[in-house]
Amino acid sequence: MPSQESGFPLLKIESLVKTFGTFTAVDGISFTVKQGQCFGLLGPNGAGKTTTIEMMEGITAATSGHIFYKGREIDRTFLQEVGIQFQHTALQDFLTVKDNLDFFSALYHKPADIKHLIERCALTEVLHRDTSKLSGGQRQRLLLAIALINSPEIVFLDEPTTGLDPQSRRNFWDLVRELKAEGKTILLTTHYMDEAQALCDEIAIMDHGHIIAMGSPKQLLQKHFNMKVVRIPLQEIRLTPGITSTRQDGEWLEIHTEKLDQALESLIHEGVSLNQMEIRNPDLEDLFIELTGKQLRH
Amino acid sequence: MKAFLALLKARNLEFLRDRSALTWNVLFPLLLIMSFAVIFSNDTKLSYKVGVLGSLENLSQNLRETKYLDFVSFDEKEIAIKKVSQHQIDMLLELGEKPHYWINSTSPNGYILERVLKGSGEQQFEKSEVTGKEIRYIDWALPGILAMNIMFSCLFGVGYVIVRYRKNGFLKRLKATPLSAYQFLVAQLVSRLLLIMSITVIVYIGCDIFIDFHMIGSYVLLFFTAILGSICMISLGLLSASRIRSEELAGGILNLATWPMMILSGVWFSLEGAPDVIKLMAQALPLTHFVDATRAIMTEGAGIAEIAPELITLSIMSLIFLLIGSLIFRWN
Repeated sequence: MPSQESGFPLLKIESLVKTFGTFTAVDGISFTVKQGQCFGLLGPNGAGKTTTIEMMEGITAATSGHIFYKGREIDRTFLQEVGIQFQHTALQDFLTVKDNLDFFSALYHKPADIKHLIERCALTEVLHRDTSKLSGGQRQRLLLAIALINSPEIVFLDEPTTGLDPQSRRNFWDLVRELKAEGKTILLTTHYMDEAQALCDEIAIMDHGHIIAMGSPKQLLQKHFNMKVVRIPLQEIRLTPGITSTRQDGEWLEIHTEKLDQALESLIHEGVSLNQMEIRNPDLEDLFIELTGKQLRH
Repeated sequence: MKAFLALLKARNLEFLRDRSALTWNVLFPLLLIMSFAVIFSNDTKLSYKVGVLGSLENLSQNLRETKYLDFVSFDEKEIAIKKVSQHQIDMLLELGEKPHYWINSTSPNGYILERVLKGSGEQQFEKSEVTGKEIRYIDWALPGILAMNIMFSCLFGVGYVIVRYRKNGFLKRLKATPLSAYQFLVAQLVSRLLLIMSITVIVYIGCDIFIDFHMIGSYVLLFFTAILGSICMISLGLLSASRIRSEELAGGILNLATWPMMILSGVWFSLEGAPDVIKLMAQALPLTHFVDATRAIMTEGAGIAEIAPELITLSIMSLIFLLIGSLIFRWN
């Protein structure tokens, strides 16, 4: 993972608030995205992630608060410099991949080299295909190419892999990693914790319009968990010494322990079969449940 | 400018590749006009129309009792003579000290009436001949149908498309680009103007091949009027679609705008004898002015001075629609 400490603050969010009538979607959040970093905004559906990103894109006006890009409060000129991929983007009907790239390219002062974009987003084969006939993965790659069409320094990706099959998701992650390697700054929203863990240098976990935890995935996990997760098929067990807590996860029982040796010993002592046992490190999913008491998986 | 041209190109491509819509846009008006031409080609007359300047009382008993003659009274000589030239009446009589009659030299009915008049033993009438092609219903209705087609294409073509863009989020995507609302709206206007003018020219030529219709005015003026009328209709379409998100609501509003115009703007029948309230309402509809201007050019050969009020009204309406439309426009 590239060092996340090196970059200077590229995007700075200060006390951002958005209310819709009496409902507060975003409640005074602040964070900083450093240059070259992949910053993840995590949270369940309805946490306020998209509203936050839309305020930065100028789609929604903030109720209060400030957004600074390179030290200046953003206005519509910021749109020349930012690359944007929406969660749901409709394109015009009856246009091919190439038509769309040409179209969006013409809207910017400093368009990227389209040929290069086509290769990097693997669009060569579908270049002259009507966009309505693209697969989910191809469509996402086209939308990423559109987001990169103005050679942006910073790219907003709003839930880019929602609805993709696992293979397409992995491919998309590879593309994002390439962008990072090129030094682009990325702001990513997702409700997939594995995605955040795979891609992000720093994350902010949102719930009900607040940021409830922020830091690098590693830091966060260290801070909140000094333990292992032991998974065994679902059964009744006693809370013996070494076992901190247990939690049911579908057909499995997850045992949280800070003293693995002791926990395993006592499980054997209790006569629990360990044939199907798995041991893993806690992940962001566990962290989220720990922080919010809510399951995040969909 | 680059962005504007790109918008224009993308929208035109989208329209041209939508084969079903394209076919419909060209074929519908052609079929409509053709079927009208066929339906109204057999209007056999059962009587002869004779116009009389002044009161019908002055007519001789003999003439009045002639079977199959319908007499219509006219106050203004100029209008009545025009009706003769357009075959709307077969003969015009002026009674009094210097009796006079007018017939159209190209009208068989006029010839027969002349013989009737001479054979009726009336006093000596002085003869005047006028010329002019007959204005059939199709000649009268065709300018209106062309204008109405422009209205439908502009209102639904622009209004519906923008509401669809807004509903599916394409407008929101555009808002996240440096594009301004003004650039977007003007590109939509110009794109539709190019398309509708091309289609109208094709439809016009198509009609010209199959029907021999009336066009005695200036083609340049007709083209100019069609551009102005189209701009007005597109502006109204942009205004109707400036805020709506649902296609169903848009459909309702567009129908609400088009139906009164289709009925009250004098496309199908003249409003001359209509109640004043209806006439006043018709004046508020842009299609009325559009139809009046094109009809005046095509059937009467009107010049720019004669249709200036209509052209000015259309321009003012366009400005108002565009101004309000861009002020209340929303992307999402």
